[in-house]
Amino acid sequence: MKTGAKILIEALQREGVDTIFGYPGGSVLPIYDELYDSSIRHILVRHEQAAAHAADGYARASGRVGVCLATSGPGACNLVTGIATAYMDSVPIVALTGQVPTGMLGNDAFQESDITGITMPITKHNYLVKDASDVGRVVREAFYIARTGRPGPVLIDLPKDISTDQVYAETPIPDSISLRGYQPTYRGHVRQIDKALDMIAQAERPLIYAGGGVIHSNGSQELVEFAERTAIPVTTTLMGLGCIPGDHPLNLGMLGMHGTQYANYAVTECDLLIGVGVRFDDRVTGKIDTFAPNATIVHIDIDPAEISKNKRVDIPIVGDVKTVLQTMLERMQKAGRTENWLNRIATWKQNHPLRYRDDDCLRPQYIIQQLSDLLRGDGIIVSEVGQNQMWTALYYCFKKPRTWITSGGLGTMGYGFPAAMGVHYARPDEPVFDIAGDGSFQMNIQELGTVAHNRIPVKVVVLNNMYLGMVRQWQELFYNRRYAYTELPPVDFVKIADAYGVDGIRVDAKDGVREALEAALEADGPFVLDFRIEREENVFPMVPAGAAINEMIGVHQP
Amino acid sequence: MKSHTLSVLVENRAGVLSRVAGMFSRRGFNIESLAVGTCEEPEMSRITIVVNGDDSQVEQVIKQANKLIDVIKVSDLTGRESVERELALIKVAAEAGTSRAEIMQIADIFRAQIVDVGSKTLVLQVAGDTGKIDALEKLLRQYGIKELVRTGKIAILRGAKTVKSAK
Repeated sequence: MKTGAKILIEALQREGVDTIFGYPGGSVLPIYDELYDSSIRHILVRHEQAAAHAADGYARASGRVGVCLATSGPGACNLVTGIATAYMDSVPIVALTGQVPTGMLGNDAFQESDITGITMPITKHNYLVKDASDVGRVVREAFYIARTGRPGPVLIDLPKDISTDQVYAETPIPDSISLRGYQPTYRGHVRQIDKALDMIAQAERPLIYAGGGVIHSNGSQELVEFAERTAIPVTTTLMGLGCIPGDHPLNLGMLGMHGTQYANYAVTECDLLIGVGVRFDDRVTGKIDTFAPNATIVHIDIDPAEISKNKRVDIPIVGDVKTVLQTMLERMQKAGRTENWLNRIATWKQNHPLRYRDDDCLRPQYIIQQLSDLLRGDGIIVSEVGQNQMWTALYYCFKKPRTWITSGGLGTMGYGFPAAMGVHYARPDEPVFDIAGDGSFQMNIQELGTVAHNRIPVKVVVLNNMYLGMVRQWQELFYNRRYAYTELPPVDFVKIADAYGVDGIRVDAKDGVREALEAALEADGPFVLDFRIEREENVFPMVPAGAAINEMIGVHQP
Repeated sequence: MKSHTLSVLVENRAGVLSRVAGMFSRRGFNIESLAVGTCEEPEMSRITIVVNGDDSQVEQVIKQANKLIDVIKVSDLTGRESVERELALIKVAAEAGTSRAEIMQIADIFRAQIVDVGSKTLVLQVAGDTGKIDALEKLLRQYGIKELVRTGKIAILRGAKTVKSAK
């Protein structure tokens, strides 16, 4: 006989789980007791939200399924933001929650919450296990669902008696999975692919719009090869950064609300737009009617529900991005001629480069550029949400996929620092930097305890402007500079870090930037850099909400 | 905007109805009627949902429904040759006297059955498509409808075609 908890741990090991981020509590005591003797490493976070984000960071950096564990009630509820973050960005995590014993379900028992009900809209699937002999099968299915098709979070709710119940030891963890309601399509329809290739051969101004799906499918190499063979320029979404090297001649950087001018101009003028692993999100398209108004649209995505969801697609190809691109490369007979188009784009690039006022002040863009220069494509950059995220997206030169970890869809402040912890466990040899704002960092600052405790060498770069900067920027531009509740009093992050036993440096001037970054990089353990930046620096270019994406503001400042 | 009848084949498991119904409301769809029950396969259930929306909205919600792991197949029966039925139980005020006879006559015409006779009320059971039930309801209103219960529409394709899982 074995307990449900024992079967759970064995099933997790069978899935190759090496690390769990979690926080113990009453209803998961039996699971923790089994975990204590197992080979699985458990990282004790300081708030359950951080466990979910760490599992998410682990998954994004590695491509494997991240795992978090929390107790029932408040523990489970604290995972919710992290699960929603993973859901919006299609990240494979499995969240394990304790639950009150099955006999007490629905009775408003102590620390009971209906977490399967709560997470129904933000999980790909979830389970409430009511029989210990189901544990093995459920874990197997959960990992399979999380990592296949369009990836996403899966939650397993485990009542306490399920963990303690004894089950016959032979109760197998099944080898095969049979889910008749879940059969993702991986291979694109060949006739559709040929149609797309015909359009590519004819197009004069084609453009690839690549997103997170390229990275999830590990299709970056195929994407670059495809772009090179067809000589089609590539613009990426926030989630797609790194799928083509930032310094690749065909790369136009990010498009959309804070996209580069040349990327947004290219979208507006292209005659063929090839969306690859993207979802035509409103932060990308701006006013949807004026997005790629002259283009035939090809859309490659594994999720049929994304086809024509926001923008009517002419040639849909449902399938795994990597697989579809491989087929396209095999079947391609001739590419179009794009020299004129590339010349036009080169002129835009030359006339409208990204720029900021590079004076003696300590400006965030400079810090990001210095970090980019220091790491030269090595290392993994995580960000929080807001100005820090956009400056990093614009000014950091990402060279490889899975080196840029950020909350795109949900835009979760407080994501970066805990996610960076997960990134470290997924890729322990890579330096990991979390680019933060003073607002976001304070949303999960308690994780200084976790990084200190485990000597997790995450380097936090706080772009400290004593504002909730992105909201302040909107107030400056659209609310007559009325800074309603966006100013934050100064915080001495070096002192806070010190209290947790983490080293830090405060930097007030531009000439201290490089040295400070190097010190952080060379430090063995975690490190906090408190950069006191220009307080009212803005993120530009910017497309105001509801405008067409070629109508950018802030593009002509010196 | 038009009415669409969707036949949704699902796993017969706890919580499936709330997954499906929740998804519809989350995506902004008002469910006009919903009927659920077991079907020819013991491990599956069939839900018939009537929703309003233009074709692209309904196409989107069908795709979203298909993404639910417990949903096996979704078919839009709208515009296809199908039989659609609803059952209603209608409790009508019927004091002894002329109205009672009239109501029974109306029931006869609609092929409705009188399934309960009280001293002051009659309960009619009627099956048919939505239009027929609406018409009967309208006619009975003059006598005073005390209570009305409708099952929601169920539908099945005509001929040999079926709404089944691929396997």
